[in-house]
Amino acid sequence: MISIEGLSKIFKQDNKQLKAVDNLNLKINQGEIYGIIGYSGAGKSTFVRLLNRLEEPSSGKIFIDKQEITSLKSNELRLARREIGMIFQHFNLLWSRTVKENIAFPLEIAGISKDKREKRVQELIDLVGLSGRENAYPSQLSGGQKQRVGIARALANKPKVLLCDEATSALDPETTNSILELLVDINAKMKLTIILITHEMHVIRKICNRVAVMENGKVVEQGDVLDVFQKPQQAVTKKFVEQVMGNDEDNEMINQLIANSTTGKILRLQFIGESTNQALISEVSRKFNVDINILQGKITQTQHGAFGTLYVQMNGEKEVIEQACQFIVNETSVELEVIENAI
Amino acid sequence: MLSDLFPNVKAEDMIEATYETLYMTILSLIGVIIFGILLGLLLYLTNKNGIWENKYIYQITSAVVNIFRAVPFIILILLLFPFTGFLMGTVRGPNAAIPALIIGSAPFYARLVEIALVEVDKGVVEAAKSMGAKTKTIIFKVLLPESMPALVSGITVTAIALIGYTAMAGVIGAGGLGNRAHYYGFMRRDFDVVVVCTIIIVIIVFIFQFIGDMISKRIDKR
Ligand SMILES: Nc1ncnc2c1ncn2[C@@H]1O[C@H](COP(=O)(O)OP(=O)(O)OP(=O)(O)O)[C@@H](O)[C@H]1O
Ligand SMILES: [Mg+2]
Repeated sequence: MISIEGLSKIFKQDNKQLKAVDNLNLKINQGEIYGIIGYSGAGKSTFVRLLNRLEEPSSGKIFIDKQEITSLKSNELRLARREIGMIFQHFNLLWSRTVKENIAFPLEIAGISKDKREKRVQELIDLVGLSGRENAYPSQLSGGQKQRVGIARALANKPKVLLCDEATSALDPETTNSILELLVDINAKMKLTIILITHEMHVIRKICNRVAVMENGKVVEQGDVLDVFQKPQQAVTKKFVEQVMGNDEDNEMINQLIANSTTGKILRLQFIGESTNQALISEVSRKFNVDINILQGKITQTQHGAFGTLYVQMNGEKEVIEQACQFIVNETSVELEVIENAI
Repeated sequence: MLSDLFPNVKAEDMIEATYETLYMTILSLIGVIIFGILLGLLLYLTNKNGIWENKYIYQITSAVVNIFRAVPFIILILLLFPFTGFLMGTVRGPNAAIPALIIGSAPFYARLVEIALVEVDKGVVEAAKSMGAKTKTIIFKVLLPESMPALVSGITVTAIALIGYTAMAGVIGAGGLGNRAHYYGFMRRDFDVVVVCTIIIVIIVFIFQFIGDMISKRIDKR
């Protein structure tokens, strides 16, 4: 769907050269939500702005849906841009226009007739959940509502791709979640490819299928979100994963717990894309005559199911505990590690 | 009673002078708005990082604007005498003052327009570009509407400066309240005429300010 080959952007500032994007290669599939994460100054915004040529590339090629964006003339580029929606951190709405008029703006640009415009605007208002606020001005809306207008506006011309540059960074956690849910919803309904820039790993975790980690203008790591969470390779990536998962400082406490426990078995359960983790504990204790005591854990939900670790203490007959462990190993995708046999 | 206070003031003369002042102000204001917005847009668009970025056009336009703003208005009128005569067929009366009023004020308004446009959120212009908007669309549907309150308050400031200029133009024969105050008041030592002319000018200025503020406020949805 989107293919990026050797893309670079060099900024020249009084004799100094800055490689904001450095020989970047990336393939993004139709219909996926692709996350790009990196710290401030990594070149994320520059990269996403290269995709619709708000920034002219210094070298490299961009193909979107087989069309070579990098070779388009300015009038062709204008037409191509109608098929690439974009939403912004600070929403960038026209304050002089109402919600309805803001959403109608890209339709006016595309030369859609007034009747059709009004119909489409109404559809979009319903889609993003802004019914009743169509005649409000942006200054009368909350941040989340403004971003909904931004999303409706970006979708007006039925784009193939949606570019999101820090679309939730100006919003509180609650509102961030509702906007992310809206994006997932749109992605599913319209089979729209979404490229999402962020510096927050929990955003990636919640909605992305794949992720690329950027540092100094380069993609230093990429892959399925779960793989990256499970086996982060680069130091930056590990730091981002820690944002969501916490780090291993907690081990101290586990050792304490182990030392104090006198009965049963202490197990470490590793969830990797397991979607039934809630049911697992109750299922095991129902099937086998064991008590399961949750000691500690951190489980997080991703687009591909649960991810994380759980420390539990299992009490019961020795053989039954053995059977229960066998069941977990053989029948579920949870990885099990026996940490301590107290018995 | 009023005629005791202002023995030399004739109502019909004052009405005519007021009419001439308003005529000069409003007609030249229309010209100033048109040329000011055109020049202001040219400055904004050709400036660094502008859509038509062009160092030479920007610097030439900027220099012309600065020169006309630097020349004192009273001297500008004298300098423009031949041009006015050629353009309007006369160098006397309200019509004769209009070219000088426009040339004297348009550069000033152009700077205010430029400032107003610079204040427009870059992100909004960028959003319009990302939707595939043409430059024309960006000008008429983004830049001008988004800067409208500042454009209007700029018009108010310019209009008030223009009223002052019409009085100056009046002194060299353009008619209006300035002319009245000078010839009939000052020269004949009928100072009551000067006072009444001043009061009327002050009232006109207040009315312009009031209307301008009201419009600015009403269109500002920020
Ligand atoms: N127009 C420009 N001129 C010069 N340098 C620029 C320009 N735009 C960006 N840069 C530089 O390019 C680098 C990458 O910037 P970019 O905005 O892409 O980072 P980012 O990853 O989006 O960061 P943030 O998370 O803060 O938004 C930075 O060092 C920045 O200073
Ligand atoms: Mg950025």
